Amino acid sequence: MIPLASILFEVVRNGATALSVQFLTGTPALVTLPTGNAALAGGIAVSIEGTLVLMGLTAVIAVPIGLLAGVYLAEFGDNRFGRSIRFLNDVLSEFPSIVIGILVYSILVVGLRVGFSAFAGGVALSIIMLPIVTRTTEESIKLVPRSVRDAAMALGIRKWRATISVVLSTARSGVVTGALLSVARISGESAPLLLTIGTSSYFLSGLNQQVDALPVRIFLLSSENYVSGAQQQGWGAALILIVLVLCLNLAVRIATRGKYGAVRSRI
Amino acid sequence: MGLPRVSILATTEEAAPAKRAEDKVSDTFLQKLKGFSSDDLFEFLATSIGSLVLVILIVTSVVLTRGSLAVFGKFGFGFLTGTDWNTSLGSESYGALPYILGTLVTAGIAISVGILISLGIAIFLSEMAPSFLRSPLSQVIELLAAVPSVIYGFWGLFVFRFWVRDYLETPLSTYLGWIPAFHGTATGYDILTAGLVLSIMIIPTVSSVSKETMMAVPSSQREAAYSIGATRWEVVKLGVLRYGRSGIFGAAILGLGRAVGETMAVTMVIGGTPGPYVLPTSLLKGGVTLSSLIATEFGDATGIHLSALFGLGIVLFLFALVINVFARLMVWRVFKVTGGIVE
Repeated sequence: MIPLASILFEVVRNGATALSVQFLTGTPALVTLPTGNAALAGGIAVSIEGTLVLMGLTAVIAVPIGLLAGVYLAEFGDNRFGRSIRFLNDVLSEFPSIVIGILVYSILVVGLRVGFSAFAGGVALSIIMLPIVTRTTEESIKLVPRSVRDAAMALGIRKWRATISVVLSTARSGVVTGALLSVARISGESAPLLLTIGTSSYFLSGLNQQVDALPVRIFLLSSENYVSGAQQQGWGAALILIVLVLCLNLAVRIATRGKYGAVRSRI
Repeated sequence: MGLPRVSILATTEEAAPAKRAEDKVSDTFLQKLKGFSSDDLFEFLATSIGSLVLVILIVTSVVLTRGSLAVFGKFGFGFLTGTDWNTSLGSESYGALPYILGTLVTAGIAISVGILISLGIAIFLSEMAPSFLRSPLSQVIELLAAVPSVIYGFWGLFVFRFWVRDYLETPLSTYLGWIPAFHGTATGYDILTAGLVLSIMIIPTVSSVSKETMMAVPSSQREAAYSIGATRWEVVKLGVLRYGRSGIFGAAILGLGRAVGETMAVTMVIGGTPGPYVLPTSLLKGGVTLSSLIATEFGDATGIHLSALFGLGIVLFLFALVINVFARLMVWRVFKVTGGIVE
């Protein structure tokens, strides 16, 4: 409890002093102080944009795949192969994210010559998000009462149609809860992004371009803390990131109060 | 443009199950193809997407193995036991021992501190907390899990580090400095801080899994303990902790897995530079872990240096694989037992 309180307190206290219109909308800049030293000024709009783009891209890649994989586990996964897949899925969801970074770096960035890009970052984050979405989808589908499925089958429609139109749409809010919470979780990931997105001081011009992201920016600012202004900017960026993540979390949790415990415990 | 791509996709999807059927029983092949319904296609599609996890894990191990061939070829298993880390061209030499140990020591601190706090939280939540406190408290702990690791790192570097330095390390090095493990000056920029930050980060995982385990303990266990006159603590100890021990152990190992793989927060507070002198001989020394070294050097590594980082990656991969498989098996066993046989 104390750490959470302290983190929130420090981030808000230090971050608030960094906030300004310029900080939220500007691009990174170095200025020279009257003393002759360089100082960081400008804003982190580029990082905010990058994080939002990466979140969107990841959701677009990982949600459909994770949805189908979850359907597989719930509908066809009750055999030896299905159980091993479920097991591997749980293992992958706890995997060191930096290893995923190495994987995507080797295959996409270098292997397929995509280069450091938003796309590579999105794929890396998707691999991290996939097992979570899979399991939350599975748990939500399992909450659908047997009678709903039976009723659908009794209409004589095909199983896939029943699964998609009836079972999945009954499980909809659980699935959405899972997807939103996992997007919130990956939005703070930085280790795999270090190896995949490169860095940028400009607004995004294409998914094959290098981007910046809030977590990576915070890390870089922390390692540059000898430059004046870096620490303050870092706190500011941390404030924005934590507000983003916690708002998403709180909103989902309040909207689904008391429900989907099984779904949430998978995140 | 769109059309040919669609048709290619469709043929590969339909050709693949046909091939599988051919392998099994070739005489019913035509029959199978005829009875091939949209349901079969759906099941096949779902199954192949479901198997993607398997593919990802296999590809990861292949990529890491291929990448690290060069370094293992040159140094053999000496790479795992060596302590040098010289990146200058011509006199390159790589050994992973300090970072393997660095990872194990930080994760060890994290789990030994983390498990105590987590067990306290879990016991409180499952056995003692009044019901109006239970839900909000677990929500707060879940939120702790939602805080990005880079923010733990930033907070660790600019806030927590000074607490550790002033209230923990200074007394330790002053009064217990004669013990090698506490030798050194208190800077707060070291292995101990990294381990403690990690311990905070794993609390949500460990406490929520142990809480689930404890709640899965049948109430007959508690009632039996009460009936022989056990105190509240004895009930927890005998009825709950002992009964759920393999689940709690699994939760701890799961936390260990998180601690081993965690990168950013550790990189930011551990403060060592690679080389023989970061062997973790004292907790008050700067250290380097497998993941922190990959994160800091991957960007500008080439050739055998890059291969050495892949080598670190494969060690990390194996650690994570073994730890997680083990942890999952432990946790699953408990839920299986309480779900079926005992109740």
